Amino acid sequence: MSVKLLFEHLDKPGIRNLEGYRSHGGYQTLEKALRTLKPDDITGEVKKSGLRGRGGAGFPTGMKWGFLAKPEGVPRYLVCNADESEPGTFKDRYLMEHIPHLLIEGMAISSFALGAETSYIYIRGEMMYVYHILQAAIDEAYANNLLGSNIMGSGFSLDLHVHCGAGAYICGEETALLESLEGKRGNPRIKPPFPAVKGLWGCPTVVNNVETISAVVPIVRDGGDAYARIGIGRSTGTKLISASGHINNPGVYEIELGLPVEEFIYSEQWCGGITKGKKLKAVVAGGSSVPVLPAELILKTAAGEPRLMTYESLSDGGFETGTMLGSGGFIVMDEDTSIVKNLWNFTRFYHHESCGQCSPCREGTGWMEKVLHKILAGKGTRADIDLLWDIQKNIEGKTICPLGEAAAWPVAAAIRHFRAEFEELTSQITEPAGQV
Amino acid sequence: MPKVTIDGHTLEVEEGTTILQAARMIGGEAVPPAMCYYSGLETSGGYCRTCIVEVSKGSEKDPRPMPKPVPSCRQVVMDGMEVKNTTSPKLLEARAGVVEFLLINHPLDCPVCDQAGECHLQDLSYEHGLSKSRYEFKRREFEKIDIGDKIKLHMTRCILCYRCVKVADQLCPGRVHGVINRGDVAEISTYIENAVDNEMSGNMIDVCPVGALTDRTFRFKSRVWFTKPVNAHRTCETCCGRVALWLSGDEVLRVTGRKDAYGELEKDAEGRTGWICNTCRFDKKNEADWTIEGPRHIDRHSVISQNHYETLKQLKIDISRQKKLSEKAHNE
Amino acid sequence: MDKEVRFSDDALQLVNRITSRYPEGKQKSAILPVLHIAQAEFDGWLPVPVMDYVAGLLRMQTIEVYEVASFYSMFNLKPVGKCLIEVCHTGPCWLSGSDGLLSYIEKKIGIKPGETSPDGMFTLKTVECLASCGTAPMMQIGEKYHERLTDEKCGEILDACRENGERVTHWSVKRIQNDKA
Repeated sequence: MSVKLLFEHLDKPGIRNLEGYRSHGGYQTLEKALRTLKPDDITGEVKKSGLRGRGGAGFPTGMKWGFLAKPEGVPRYLVCNADESEPGTFKDRYLMEHIPHLLIEGMAISSFALGAETSYIYIRGEMMYVYHILQAAIDEAYANNLLGSNIMGSGFSLDLHVHCGAGAYICGEETALLESLEGKRGNPRIKPPFPAVKGLWGCPTVVNNVETISAVVPIVRDGGDAYARIGIGRSTGTKLISASGHINNPGVYEIELGLPVEEFIYSEQWCGGITKGKKLKAVVAGGSSVPVLPAELILKTAAGEPRLMTYESLSDGGFETGTMLGSGGFIVMDEDTSIVKNLWNFTRFYHHESCGQCSPCREGTGWMEKVLHKILAGKGTRADIDLLWDIQKNIEGKTICPLGEAAAWPVAAAIRHFRAEFEELTSQITEPAGQV
Repeated sequence: MPKVTIDGHTLEVEEGTTILQAARMIGGEAVPPAMCYYSGLETSGGYCRTCIVEVSKGSEKDPRPMPKPVPSCRQVVMDGMEVKNTTSPKLLEARAGVVEFLLINHPLDCPVCDQAGECHLQDLSYEHGLSKSRYEFKRREFEKIDIGDKIKLHMTRCILCYRCVKVADQLCPGRVHGVINRGDVAEISTYIENAVDNEMSGNMIDVCPVGALTDRTFRFKSRVWFTKPVNAHRTCETCCGRVALWLSGDEVLRVTGRKDAYGELEKDAEGRTGWICNTCRFDKKNEADWTIEGPRHIDRHSVISQNHYETLKQLKIDISRQKKLSEKAHNE
Repeated sequence: MDKEVRFSDDALQLVNRITSRYPEGKQKSAILPVLHIAQAEFDGWLPVPVMDYVAGLLRMQTIEVYEVASFYSMFNLKPVGKCLIEVCHTGPCWLSGSDGLLSYIEKKIGIKPGETSPDGMFTLKTVECLASCGTAPMMQIGEKYHERLTDEKCGEILDACRENGERVTHWSVKRIQNDKA
């Protein structure tokens, strides 16, 4: 038996429409919030729930809300980050496509809690068809006084708009997203100031992921304590996992945090095991940015404990032997997969998506791609492996935004855990190439 | 007033002072290099990452060290903060990594570059770089273009510091050039053939830390270290009219703003940056146009810093090195 | 360009509707949606006069529009075929056979990524992760995601595009008009 909070009614007919959504309790939580709760009560429930940002960083949502500056006479904004672009992650698209009103209800409740009267959903431009689904749902909500002025006679008014991007992974970084929403290039801002103080058009702003905002609905409905009882320790509630790669049942799953990784990979209820009965080689557990782990380390921690799908268990052992839950983009690789080629593919991605603002990321991502390409072409040397290690180390922690880490970590982890594969592909020359 | 310690020097600064500004008050070794920050330009800095420092103590209130190196040009000082610049080997290693990144796609064509001798990247590379590049792939190249009849854009040398874009935004209404494309193919461009002709646009040359934007009226006329800088002024309706003339004999080879020890234009008593207009810069090339105040002392630590070489021997060594590099560049 | 650069009345109405979503004086925020409309209005790409026109509509400097348009990968700064085939080749799609799909398409229409077929029908483009990893391999044509592709299924889709012969863009003005707010 597994708990479903977001996807409880996913398979109900007509759930995409307002009527279907309402027939399963939809918008009752908004009504409860507007009629019986004060904005601070809602923030309190979210704090109690232990909900952590579901976009990848895992920062406590209630705390983020608590940082929001509230100067007199200045509008505040809530912006939903629906720019889902992290390779291996497709849960937000699935949620918005199938149950758009859940996100809209979450936006309305969260906006009320934060005192935002205008809110935006920033959806990546490629998901244009989902844009239309969301827009249709928003239109329905307006027509039924669930958005707009004086919602359900409560005195609270909210304008909710969908805004579409145009192809840039970096706009998933919250300050790049705000720049983009202001009509500029998606260059991440230098922090501080943080969006909670100076965000959209210089006003205090909260940016939350689609899944995070959707989770506010069950939290307010059942209470933060009830939500916190689900899961293990500081990993409370449920998490949407996007499962892909060499598994029998790829798809989006809502799991209770704490599910053993082994069960998730092999149970028929979830991924259903590795395709064609092959052996598991490696897993990237939280979207392409997080360290890849070999089979033995993803199934069990270095201490021999079963690895669980929680923030803490996946990161047990640090980057030496652990990884991160990240966005929940769970990419499975079978025994035939070339780790080096997969890494090259990811590195090409980060090279392509670097905004170009700061030098380590602009120059380093392309350099790593070139070195990997050289290794795959059979021209690499042992010195190139060390060079790759140095480049990723010189990027990590030196950049304006986390894209630097996102590009560096996969390289470090692949070398750390699969050095032998790199060595097989390279000659034994240890003298670095390069030029005077 | 918050108190900050940088490499063991403690001082009190105004609220809102950045680490870099505080370090410049101390001077000397404590000052991190900066390629993109420019005190006279709002929102500048943060991009190049050369000015990163280690914050070993966040503040009196929260003494935890900061987990990553921070850009000193953007990080505001907190009371009790402790900063390491040259006293942290780890930081110096990180900075060397940044310098390497800045150089992998740079053409290293100093022998044929007008900026040589007063180039920040040259100094940076000399002080923090490696003698041999580990980069073995084809370097990025762009066509040279004229943006207007007075400024040459040699994008291949650019390190994307954004200073020239900020000059255009903040001094020249109706900006026509900017940064197009993204990632490692991002470039300074007008996108279409378009002249930058605002009367203050020449300041883009002065703020450029490398040889990406050069003065077309001076190109290839002389190496800067063979020219003699003097301070001069004239009454100008557009700008402050306070300049440096770069002379060869009686001939005015070039006119620039007056740069301080950090290569930034000097500020007047009211804190206004000494921007100069294009008329002063490009059209007043006679000594008679100017009231000459006297020889200009170059404070900046670089090839031209003394306006001469220490010894004739050193000069000969440097000239022969320049020649060799020039021949090498030519042969390639 | 031969024809006068001007949006259709329907498109102009849309622009007004979209700009009204942002506070007074912040109409520049609409640049991404408006450039999508521009591509829908002008053969799927953004020639300079079209970008200049958009700059006028949103009261921006033309360079600001060039800066934005050249940053985002969905904006085409060169002409494209009537049917822009965008094949995802990132990690999970690659694990699930995007290389094979891509070579099938290359063979079928005789062009490589970045090229347009001589008849102007197809442009082939590889793109990075489209959040369709669980249904890989996939391609996008217009707004539509074609997922779990086999060579056969892909072939049918491309044949249908050719038969239809109409230009497909990510947005269509008619499609957005149906949205109310």
